Amino acid sequence: MAVHRRRVLKGLAASGAAIATMRAPYVQAQAPFKLGLLTVKTGPLAQGGIQMEQGILTFLKEKNNTLAGRKIEFISADSGGNPAGARTKAQELIERDKVNVILGPLAAFELLAITNYVRDNATPLISLAAAEDVTQRAANPFVIRPSATSAQCCHVMGDYATKELKFRRAALISEDFAFGYEQMAGFQRVFEDNGGRVVKKLWPPLVTPDYTPYVAQIGKVDCVFNGFAGSNPVRFMRTYADLGLQGKIPLLAGWTAMDDALLRSLGDEAVGVISAAYYSADLDTPSNKRLVADMQRDYKVLPGGYSAGMYIAGQCVEAAIQKLDGKADDRKALAEALRQVSLTDTPRGPIQFDKYGNVIGDVFIRRCERKGKQLVNTVIKTYPKVSQFWTYNEADFLKNPVYARDYPPAKYLE
Amino acid sequence: MMQQITSAQAVILAINSFALGGLLFLLSAGFSLIFGLMRIPNLMHGAFFMLGAYFGVSLLDWGVNFWVTALLSGLAMAVIGGIIERFLLRRLEGQVLPQVLLTLGFAFIIADVCLMIWTGDPWQPSPPQNLRGAVQAMGMFFPLYRLVVLAVAVAVAIALWILVDWTRLGAMIRAGVDDPAIARVCGIKVSQLFTIVFCLGAALAAFAGVMGAPFLSVYPGLDFEMLPLALIVVILGGTGSLLGALVGSFILGFLYNFGQAMFPDLAYVILFLPMLLILVLRPQGLFGRVVP
Repeated sequence: MAVHRRRVLKGLAASGAAIATMRAPYVQAQAPFKLGLLTVKTGPLAQGGIQMEQGILTFLKEKNNTLAGRKIEFISADSGGNPAGARTKAQELIERDKVNVILGPLAAFELLAITNYVRDNATPLISLAAAEDVTQRAANPFVIRPSATSAQCCHVMGDYATKELKFRRAALISEDFAFGYEQMAGFQRVFEDNGGRVVKKLWPPLVTPDYTPYVAQIGKVDCVFNGFAGSNPVRFMRTYADLGLQGKIPLLAGWTAMDDALLRSLGDEAVGVISAAYYSADLDTPSNKRLVADMQRDYKVLPGGYSAGMYIAGQCVEAAIQKLDGKADDRKALAEALRQVSLTDTPRGPIQFDKYGNVIGDVFIRRCERKGKQLVNTVIKTYPKVSQFWTYNEADFLKNPVYARDYPPAKYLE
Repeated sequence: MMQQITSAQAVILAINSFALGGLLFLLSAGFSLIFGLMRIPNLMHGAFFMLGAYFGVSLLDWGVNFWVTALLSGLAMAVIGGIIERFLLRRLEGQVLPQVLLTLGFAFIIADVCLMIWTGDPWQPSPPQNLRGAVQAMGMFFPLYRLVVLAVAVAVAIALWILVDWTRLGAMIRAGVDDPAIARVCGIKVSQLFTIVFCLGAALAAFAGVMGAPFLSVYPGLDFEMLPLALIVVILGGTGSLLGALVGSFILGFLYNFGQAMFPDLAYVILFLPMLLILVLRPQGLFGRVVP
């Protein structure tokens, strides 16, 4: 292919626009729509945070940096992966950069640190973080969540484990923090309501150099459900296999533990693991085909839940701007419009939002397999239109306390 | 709140205590030597461990033999450590606070450089092909590779013991630890010793990083997870004492394994409680000597 100067310039303009706009804002009839990304690019959570940025940049590049006719100015902020940093950076984005909408943050404790702040400053936020109550008992009209609550996929896993896999006794293991509690609680509730028993719950600290003391305690169960996140699943699964449990006791996982982007870090120890996730890289939707191809081309990685979540967040922004037709600068109207968004083609399939701003969308059960040199998560069952309340009555669900370490209480511990 | 464990679990935990202790010794021996001789708390030590492990990931990815990788990684880190000591730390001799700041600053720099080069993805190389199996004990499996790490740690401990107690270089190091001023008067080039010991310590940390990578995995943040472990080992065992580092490592291995399994509610403090006791009752550590 001949390289045309104009084409190169056009390409450069598109890919470099994010940086270029920061240095020299375009002077246009209508000021650009400011999209702030609150993510993590340094420290232990950087892996997911960098994928978030890659996801939204892929979307903006695909759209030539223009959403529904509005030029987009993209601003990226690095919270460092802690609540105080998230609060500071959210303030920078809102008060200094005056962004129209914030995408992010990554972690539940970051979201909890800024949810009141974005409400007080009337700035819409599209969250990837999973903290349940932000779209439940403490619902925030400025927040929508197109990814999932902590337990949304775990309810599904609990159902699949009892109804399809016929497991009756389970051990649960996850990090000793809110995201872990909420995931395990969701699994436990559905698993026990379907007649199963959770006989062991293990909570290793977030920083655990060696999981052997925990894996050694698992004992006689039909399955182990793990909710590890970040780099921990890699180490946990190797220990699980090393101690001879792989193949003997089936391992189930939440979405972060078997994220598609994590597969290249894993080896044979991950083969056979069954996971529940709101996204799968091998889904056959037009936008997912584009996302996977573009990410492979630009970053040489397979997108996972972090990238797809931000790509979908971008789609929501586009749909909301379209709907508001020139009035997208009104932040309150934008927040309302975001809530009304209903999309038929996203990388995870069709989505819409409930009145609390949380997504209703498909959840996929995948089994990890080896295809040639690569690991892939093959979708084996799709649960359509899963709500954060699963099949429970919404009002009853909200009357209960939020999922926690000891709620619902585990009656069958041994 | 005490969790009962079966005898089979206890066997696995005990074996793993030794295996983990072995790795901790590889990590902390260098830290202890550097601290003993140069009196600087090398806060880069965790970063050396992580950088060494990342070197290992890349070398293994290029198909280099596992043991050659571990040695090459150690060698590379010795060079880097030597440069930092010779050109930067040297200028700060005797100034504790600037030394702490310099080593801490470098730890951050190394961490961010690693993030740029190896991205945030966790990496977990496989152990050598012939060491991937498991040994069976009382109906439970135990990975062979971890026992190999223990054996390597014991071999390194013996080699270091011979070096420090039976060679001329070792005698000079001991003299430098005991009284640097008098050692200088006797014609020992203590500053040269500093460089040698610093290189050795850095190399050991990187070597430990490669040995640990197949079961710890390598990821951003590993550096500051390992550093406190090295600190605890050295506080328990006493600075500058290799025997102290060895005993401290195994104590920590047992505490970690049995503590996490039997007292899960104390998981966060179990490693620090004995450190506190030692600091109160015997501040110089189990095998350390009081430095005048």
